[in-house]
Amino acid sequence: MTRIYKHRLFWPVVALLALLLACTIKRPDILGISVLDGHLFGAPIDILRNSSPLLLVSLGMTLVIATRGIDLSVGAIVAISGAVALTFIASSSNPGSVGTAIGAIVVALGLCVILGAFNGLLVANFGIQPIVATLILMTAGRGVAMLITNGQITTVNSAPFSKLASGFVLGLPVAALIAYGVFAVVALVVRRTALGMLLEAVGINPEASRLAGVKSKTLVFTVYVLCGLLSGLAGLIFAANTMAADANNAGLFIELDAILAVVIGGTSLAGGKFNLAGTMIGVLIITTLTLAVTVLGISPLVTSLFKAIVVIAVTLMMSTRLRAMFGSLRDRRRYQEVGA
Amino acid sequence: MSILSETRKSAPKLSLDRRYLPVLGTVVVFVLMLVIGGARYENFLSPAVLSNLFINNAHLIVLAAGMTFVILTGGIDLSVGAVLALSSVITATMLNAGIPLSLVLPIAILSGSIIGLGMGVMIQYFEVQPFVATLAGMFLARGLCFIFAPESVPIRNEGFVALSSWGVSSGRWRLTAAVVIALLVVAASWWVLHRTRFGRTVYAVGGGEQSATLMGLRVARTKVMVYVISGTCASLGGILFAMFSRSGYALTGVGMELDAIAAVVIGGTLLIGGMGFILGSVVGVMVLGLIQTIITFEGTLSSWWTKIVIGVLLLVFVVLQRILTLRRN
Amino acid sequence: MIDSTSASRAEQITVQHSQPTNPTVQMAGITVEFPGVKALDGVDFRLFPGEVHALMGENGAGKSTLIKALTGVNPIAAGTISVNGSSMRFNGPADAREHGISTVYQEVNLCTNLTVAENIMLGSEPRRFGGLDWRTMRRQAKVYLERMGLDIDPSSSLGSHSLAVQQLVAISRAMVVDAKVLILDEPTSSLDTDEVEQLFTVMRQLRDDGVAILFVSHFLDQIYAIADRITVLRNGQLVQERMKDQLPQRELVSLMIAGTSDAQVSRANERVAVTERAADAKPLLQAVGLGRKGAVQPFNLDLYPGEVIGLAGLLGSGRTELARLLYGADKADVGSIKLAGEPVKLRTPRQALGRKIAYTSEDRKGEGVIGDLTVAENIILGLQAARGWIRPLPTVKATQVVDAYIKALGVRPANPNALLKNLSGGNQQKVLLARWLATAPKLLLLDEPTRGIDIGAKTEIMNLVSELAEQGMSVVFISAELEEVLRLSDRIVVMRDHEKVAEIASTPEVDVPRLIEIIATGEEDK
Repeated sequence: MTRIYKHRLFWPVVALLALLLACTIKRPDILGISVLDGHLFGAPIDILRNSSPLLLVSLGMTLVIATRGIDLSVGAIVAISGAVALTFIASSSNPGSVGTAIGAIVVALGLCVILGAFNGLLVANFGIQPIVATLILMTAGRGVAMLITNGQITTVNSAPFSKLASGFVLGLPVAALIAYGVFAVVALVVRRTALGMLLEAVGINPEASRLAGVKSKTLVFTVYVLCGLLSGLAGLIFAANTMAADANNAGLFIELDAILAVVIGGTSLAGGKFNLAGTMIGVLIITTLTLAVTVLGISPLVTSLFKAIVVIAVTLMMSTRLRAMFGSLRDRRRYQEVGA
Repeated sequence: MSILSETRKSAPKLSLDRRYLPVLGTVVVFVLMLVIGGARYENFLSPAVLSNLFINNAHLIVLAAGMTFVILTGGIDLSVGAVLALSSVITATMLNAGIPLSLVLPIAILSGSIIGLGMGVMIQYFEVQPFVATLAGMFLARGLCFIFAPESVPIRNEGFVALSSWGVSSGRWRLTAAVVIALLVVAASWWVLHRTRFGRTVYAVGGGEQSATLMGLRVARTKVMVYVISGTCASLGGILFAMFSRSGYALTGVGMELDAIAAVVIGGTLLIGGMGFILGSVVGVMVLGLIQTIITFEGTLSSWWTKIVIGVLLLVFVVLQRILTLRRN
Repeated sequence: MIDSTSASRAEQITVQHSQPTNPTVQMAGITVEFPGVKALDGVDFRLFPGEVHALMGENGAGKSTLIKALTGVNPIAAGTISVNGSSMRFNGPADAREHGISTVYQEVNLCTNLTVAENIMLGSEPRRFGGLDWRTMRRQAKVYLERMGLDIDPSSSLGSHSLAVQQLVAISRAMVVDAKVLILDEPTSSLDTDEVEQLFTVMRQLRDDGVAILFVSHFLDQIYAIADRITVLRNGQLVQERMKDQLPQRELVSLMIAGTSDAQVSRANERVAVTERAADAKPLLQAVGLGRKGAVQPFNLDLYPGEVIGLAGLLGSGRTELARLLYGADKADVGSIKLAGEPVKLRTPRQALGRKIAYTSEDRKGEGVIGDLTVAENIILGLQAARGWIRPLPTVKATQVVDAYIKALGVRPANPNALLKNLSGGNQQKVLLARWLATAPKLLLLDEPTRGIDIGAKTEIMNLVSELAEQGMSVVFISAELEEVLRLSDRIVVMRDHEKVAEIASTPEVDVPRLIEIIATGEEDK
């Protein structure tokens, strides 16, 4: 049991270490952390902070994928969330106040819950394939974000709101604290309540779960709502980082990165068993990859080529066919047992 | 069109085969948009506007044709936008390097076929989900674009420029080479889908892979081939886009796969596969184009309404399709 | 193992078909092995031209495996297949089809989204100018359809027709390649009486044309209406091959099931006496005119606390469907259910569970086991589902429940953290039983809980059922093994062709032959 568990995360961890090692060889001091004005600085801190939005989105995506679903609309929700928050602040009479910032956050997150519920309704209640159902919001969502910002890149000044991205608490960036904090809380909730087990049951064998009395519709609906909420939070961090609501580019392709992070982390797109720790490592790999490309002096434009290689390598490694081709005798015996 | 004439033959009574309902819905929407546009705006139904509808969307028609094959089998291809960019970049850089047109065009087209083949093999033989495999194809093609040329490359090759500016006009109707090519692709796709065993196997696979296998049809080969076709269409679309913009640029076609998928879905093809028509996809592209045209004509409406309207149309069609499939079972 | 007298009986074949000299298909000593199991063990089988040959057997007897061995889906470990005298091995249904052996499956394996013409002709379609010649294709398809007595438009989509028509279209497709052998694997299971008659007309016609037909069905009446020759398989072995006329229904049924009882099963757990129900006992559950089209004819049934009701009947007789209706796994079309005298609606498993009804499916793998979860998770799933996700079962309680049931049922390995998919069938079944027992049901519906598990586990499960009933639980016990049904039940309900045909008390006078009699004839009194 523990051996399989290790095995699952073995390659992702190796990949992460390899990336860090490559960076260290090029610039030996890169992993150093310095203290400036009581704040921590350095590449590892940057990685933590830069990975925050992706971590939040990937967290929701993992749970959605566990139920045999997928959510393509997360990028659009990121854009909408930022657009709503910043437009709210811009239209407020007192943009700099804490109350306005909180109001903006509440309104934005509230809308994202509704958007998530829209996805959940289509998937759980109407029985539309997840990929199609969320494609609708993926397409329309950016238009909605543009509608909210009126097509402008809304820039605002709100010191309390910008703290979401650039602030420091206890020497650590607020964005990272929020993202990793939420991650820990959700992970804890999922594993301490029965949510995780029931989600896996629905993902592994929907019919057996139905016969066992699991309320699969409600569960599936809930994870889409949660995914919407987490994406909204990611959108707030994005917006606070630039303090400009860019409806076109905020969260662009984050759905692809998130799905990638989930797959790298060892959760199958076919649903069932999910691995939140793996997802976190997947997020760190993707974020580190961007850093590594810069450090290694490779044109950042080629990043996607690296991603392609990573996706192909990881998915092929997981393919039973390829495993069977190179598989050891022990593996083969295990498959036969399962088959019987 | 032949699909409609077939309907008449097969259903002599008033009852219309349910297969044609989604496409018919699309046609109705298209006609309604034409009528409303014509009533609201002057010159809306002019030959120039209608010609431009085809000229501006020639590349998308080709993408949608390829995508139709994939979606009919129940798959999806996310790579088409990136492959389109790759092909346009390859065309531009190679032409500027002085390589003859007759060599450049086949190479550019082949680039898409090869990526499609790779994705097809991953999907069929390594059981990677189409979504993930074509996502990898998308990253790969986009990355390769930047290796060829990170900046926009203007095309100055005389032959290519001549080809792209070729056109026939009759009155204010205009037909460019790109439109002719796109229509030829549609015609060829129609022929393949409806007149060959391969084409019918595409439908059969979408209707039920296991059944198709038990019927003795060549399922594996078909599933790989649809991605090759889609890749080839995407790279051909890249050449058409290069003709349209007279340049190759690594960042063209970002998100264009969504337009292609939306066109196919609005065109009445079921995303679970097995049901739909190539001509529906063409009408789907036209609907998308018309939305844009109407919003331009409206003047006061901003461009982002395009996306919202497409989203709403998608919602309506997807829900309608769901009701249809529910009744089918 | 072929009945020694079959050679002489072959002479008695009715005159209407030509005397078969050589079989079209001859399979000898066929053995098929799956990991750990011999699915077929040295089976001989032959198909004569111009004959309908019924292949009979219960679940796991090896019918499908034999068909799959013939068509090359399953590899053969030993044995020979010869077609028209020459030795053959096919590498799949398509290959077999090219050699004149066509198969029509229970679930129509055609493409409902294509036209009727395509479904018939694809693979041997006429061409013109390099493309499909639709007009000729429709015309040719029309000819085949007419041969089936079907007057439908070849260019209509297959999905717009009834299952019966689809079935006949599937046969038309089989005939396009001039099939010499037609395999019909449970083609009638979803057809109504008229449709079956239509199918039989076609089958008789094909038989008279000299086609060899292999027919699988669970309906005894149908077998006797159409078959010329019957082969019975049991537990992967050939029991007998006989002409229909020499095999009375009762004997057929006993050949199919009687021998399956395991002599080794300890007799110690024989029920001492049938519990006498108190005269004033009130039924726990009453089903009144409950039914579902195509599944079970409307039936009445009263279930009392502390009673075990055995459901006897052949596979496909409606025994599973009846249990699923009581659990709300399928929705009933007609009738009502009363629980403790109060009318209730059981439209989903959740509602049934809320009323303390539990059901283990016969399809352990597809509808029971959640393989990638642990034993412990599988056991508490039912309890947890009832509580909702937000209130997890307290760890202490969960551990207690899991440990108690692992111990009480003797789950091996006794490791709550093992993945369920890695356990043997018998232990998986015990875990599923534990899942339901943990919910403390008042009514337990057990659909073939003993199938495919070893004898030790079988005995344990049956002892458990007895104990549960003694503690006051009402149990419905479904099994293909009549010995088991007899041993456990207080009352026995007999199902036949989707209908409840008898309900008898399990008195000492009722024995296996008596049950077989009822199953075979559908009559309670002779």
